Amino acid sequence: MLIKRSEGATARQRLSAAYQGLSAGGLDRRSFLRQAGLATTGLATLGTLNLSTARRAAAGPADFGQPVKVVKNICTHCSVGCTVTAEVQNGVWIGQEPSWESPINRGTHCAKGASVRELTHGDRRLKYPMKLVDGTWQRLSWDQAISEIGDKLLEIRQKSGPDSVFWLGSAKFSNEGAYLMRKFAAFWGTNTVDHQARICHSTTVAGVANVFGYGAQTNSYNDIRNARTIIIMGGNPAEAHPISMQHVLTGKEQNRANMIVIDPRFTRTAAHATEYVRLRPGTDIPVIWGMLWHIFENGWEDKEFIDQRVFGMDDVRKEVAKWNPAEVQRVSGVPPEQLKRVAQIFATQKPSTLVWCMGATQKTVGTANVRAYATLLMATGNVGRPGTGANIFRGHTNVQGATDLGLDTTTLPAYYGIDESAWRHWCRVWDVPYDWMVSRFASKKLMETPGIPTTRWFDAVLLPKDQLEQPDNLRAMIAVGHGGNTVSRMPEAIKGMEKLDLLVVADPHPTNLSSMSNRRDNTYLLPICTQFECAGSRTASNRSLQWYEPVVQPIFESRTDYELFYRLAEKLGFAQEMFKTMEVQGKAPTAESILREINRGAISTGYSGQSPERLKLHMQHQADFDVVTLRGKPGTPVAGETYGLPWPCWGSPEMKHPGSHILYNTNLHVKEGGGTFRARFGVERNGQTLLAEGSYSKGSEITDGYPEFTVAVLKRLGWYDELTPREKEIIARIGEGNEDRVSWSIDLSFGIIRVAMEHGCVPYGNAKARGNAWNLPDPVPVHREPIYTPRTDLIAQYPTLDDRRAFRMPHLGKSVQQRSFQVAPNFPIILTSGRLVEYEGGGEETRSNRWLAELQQDMFVEINTEDAAARGVKDGQFVWVDGVENQAKVRVKALVTDRVGRGVAFMPFHFGGWYQGEDRRGYYPPGTDPIVLGESVNTLTTYGYDPVTAMQETKVTLCQIRAA
Amino acid sequence: MARMKFLCDSDRCIECNACVTACKNEHEVPWGINRRRVITLNDGKPGERSISMACMHCTDAPCQAVCPVNCFYTTADAIVLHDKDLCIGCGYCFYACPFGAPQYPRVGNFGGRGKMDKCTYCAGGPQADNTEAEYAQYGANRIAEGKLPLCAEMCSTKALLAGDGDIIASIYKERVQVRGYGAGAWGWRTAYRETVGV
Repeated sequence: MLIKRSEGATARQRLSAAYQGLSAGGLDRRSFLRQAGLATTGLATLGTLNLSTARRAAAGPADFGQPVKVVKNICTHCSVGCTVTAEVQNGVWIGQEPSWESPINRGTHCAKGASVRELTHGDRRLKYPMKLVDGTWQRLSWDQAISEIGDKLLEIRQKSGPDSVFWLGSAKFSNEGAYLMRKFAAFWGTNTVDHQARICHSTTVAGVANVFGYGAQTNSYNDIRNARTIIIMGGNPAEAHPISMQHVLTGKEQNRANMIVIDPRFTRTAAHATEYVRLRPGTDIPVIWGMLWHIFENGWEDKEFIDQRVFGMDDVRKEVAKWNPAEVQRVSGVPPEQLKRVAQIFATQKPSTLVWCMGATQKTVGTANVRAYATLLMATGNVGRPGTGANIFRGHTNVQGATDLGLDTTTLPAYYGIDESAWRHWCRVWDVPYDWMVSRFASKKLMETPGIPTTRWFDAVLLPKDQLEQPDNLRAMIAVGHGGNTVSRMPEAIKGMEKLDLLVVADPHPTNLSSMSNRRDNTYLLPICTQFECAGSRTASNRSLQWYEPVVQPIFESRTDYELFYRLAEKLGFAQEMFKTMEVQGKAPTAESILREINRGAISTGYSGQSPERLKLHMQHQADFDVVTLRGKPGTPVAGETYGLPWPCWGSPEMKHPGSHILYNTNLHVKEGGGTFRARFGVERNGQTLLAEGSYSKGSEITDGYPEFTVAVLKRLGWYDELTPREKEIIARIGEGNEDRVSWSIDLSFGIIRVAMEHGCVPYGNAKARGNAWNLPDPVPVHREPIYTPRTDLIAQYPTLDDRRAFRMPHLGKSVQQRSFQVAPNFPIILTSGRLVEYEGGGEETRSNRWLAELQQDMFVEINTEDAAARGVKDGQFVWVDGVENQAKVRVKALVTDRVGRGVAFMPFHFGGWYQGEDRRGYYPPGTDPIVLGESVNTLTTYGYDPVTAMQETKVTLCQIRAA
Repeated sequence: MARMKFLCDSDRCIECNACVTACKNEHEVPWGINRRRVITLNDGKPGERSISMACMHCTDAPCQAVCPVNCFYTTADAIVLHDKDLCIGCGYCFYACPFGAPQYPRVGNFGGRGKMDKCTYCAGGPQADNTEAEYAQYGANRIAEGKLPLCAEMCSTKALLAGDGDIIASIYKERVQVRGYGAGAWGWRTAYRETVGV
């Protein structure tokens, strides 16, 4: 036997004594630096030290003689919402422990979540405010920076009007930060305020809301454990949402569920599927309609569900009839037998759920895509029950919350829109006169016109003024928490950046907005805290809100988002009005007081019941929630409530609504989180009812469909006098003489909601979901070829939409698509993009994290084996990828693999810092450049926007690849 | 005494690299040293499988057998550790190890590799438990705190299991019985001279 055992417990004294001094007294960042300097001299004589030291002597292990504080925060990367448990000693985050109590991640993390501690050590963070002076970065104070930025903004406002400033926010904000920025933009006087949702799931939000009533994930990650069939189409959760796979794979194993991946790439998710379907990028609608063709043909649809709860399914049938198996194969490449098998499994082995991400949404047909997906769910009765639903995995950590809170060019918080009644509602919440608010805007018309979205901001800088429906071009951009490599057509974005009169980047990292253009002046960088340095709530993809506390105090000269907006508002002269409804400490409103304001106003989405106290209680009692149902266990302080009070959480916090785990679930009483499809499109269309027929949520006194509740409806039902005098008084004040028109969603007393729920009714009504959304282009989704398609033979039959105008500027379609005929012969490869597990979004933060950067050091392009062979490209070598617009080209490494099909190439979208072969590391402020740089795929991505939301097309364009 | 083992359920592993960064984070492992890695087989092809790999803390550890300075020792929990103060960086253990676990801070011949570094099963080294000295050379000692290795505790899909060999084997067996398939406990025959029968 080779075994040698020895007792290892003997503490050796040789080096131990020397090291021991390092831990004396505990270490914070600064005292550590001092001590480390000292220690290095002291130990320099010990020649073996460097060789035997596995680590830099950084903050050190826990000093067990000193108290360790445990703080709960939420991972700041994807939208799963994993709890991060931090151990803090002397103000330094010294360790991460598994968060066993969280029902969402149950102790686990992915690479990104397991590395977040690095963010508050922040070697490469932006450390103090800086500005560009003739091409050189110079340090300045916060006061000086705010003063200079404010002066320039006021000058632009004076000359060009408030709409010439683009306020770009972020999904990295807390709910409170997102809400604050939307409110800030309103007080500044513009709707040109946007964030990542535009380029993430804006099409889902718009599309699904037009079908079901709300544009959000209907079920939850945890609920996927109940599914018997899971289709993941246009998503790669193994890399983008790894913790969701814990629930997916557990469901797959315990239910012996079918897990079908439909994707142009054989992804890491597909590697775990029971069936993989490869389709040509951009042919989602043909595949879905092809499945429905089999479902209708064989009578596998859920007829009762359709009759009771769906409007317009007959119109869908007409469109679906065109998609026979042969045509589906001709267009998408999916074999008929496989399509039929998948359709049968989905329709008959229920409950079935459909998971999608940006493969569905980032398309010129994004809104139509997601409506087709939702239609497949409706047709098979897979909505509103455990194990079913549209499990839409949102992208960034709080993109759900930031969307809900209106960080968007088309709506105020909670999807009220921007018409006069919406403004009046929020002015009441904000306690400012409506007329004063109007005076902040260039005109009432612009106040009610959607602003300029982040996908098109540079067009609004570069286009001739007369093509824009606003007084002047964009002249300033304030980017708070958003990288510059996230939008398509980067060569044009860079031109736009160079033409701006003012660029402000407020972010924990300088982002590549600081490095990608050749600007020389009027560029400011403001260091902002990560969410690990502030308190607030964030909404996970499943609509659960989670409250978190700061792990450490703001590092370096970082300030919170709250403080940034307070200081700016103060400089711009509206802090008094804007913050009078909040509690301000020093120069920042408290997160709690912002959330309470949200609770008062965001009634329509049910953001009203989640008070800070209730959310904090949930975080304290995480262990008391069931992992499958997310319900608080009996006998605990959270009994019966759903974890994180997923919206809608109706009424005031005192009404103790438990939150809604599964949307549109008629098997539960509305007071227990039940619901119906939302009545928001009227009651009748072309003589057909839009209200549900014979379907209602449990306990409802109205046993049929009903419209949304208003005072008039209450009166007609004879329930009006159940309102208390106080509620009546508030309603009368809101109604201003016409109280009958006051609806549940603007009733600040919550009385209408209360009375409706007492009778088991859902405040927003009980309608049918819509297979036909007549208010959108293509009321029933139809296939349209991508703008740049290799299948020019299909353009005549399936053309994109005509040129039009949207979001204050021209929105081209057909005229650009015609270019396919010219470019397709020379650019035969479809280029698509997506995520890697190690990086998030534009990637500046994660590429600055040494633990993550080490894992993925090169930007690459996945190229099919045969395509590589035909071009003499070998695995690992550098290649040029040429794009079809702007003579764009990028230099990246080739990854030769059959993961992508022939004629398809894939590039991750997290890289930046290189531009068309040039390494631009020197353009970052010294010491803040990410460890890993690379070409951005968006240098190559091209024109093409969804007609409803201006979502960019980053999933289908054309390219050519050649050896470098 | 428990007999500690690692088990990677390759039907669950999604190559998310949480185990790798958890390890880096917990021990502040420097760039270039990989105590744990995820290996993907048949990358991009049907049958693609990933396995998280580190020192398996073998029953009859080959590294221990070949070490010319006798720097390895096995703890009562059957964790294979080594003493960096004794290590001469010869690299023999690297050649002997069937799992590619030993890591060196430098590339070079004739003992110029520096002190060998490898997974400690979060059990530190020969110094007194949880001292600064132990942390600097070997990283955190979670075992002394009554915790398991962080890589396994944080595994996104609970593919990587760590703990008493009998317990993790029974968890894995139960899983395979429920789902009806299992590629087996990869590396167990090599490391522990046994396998998990289902």
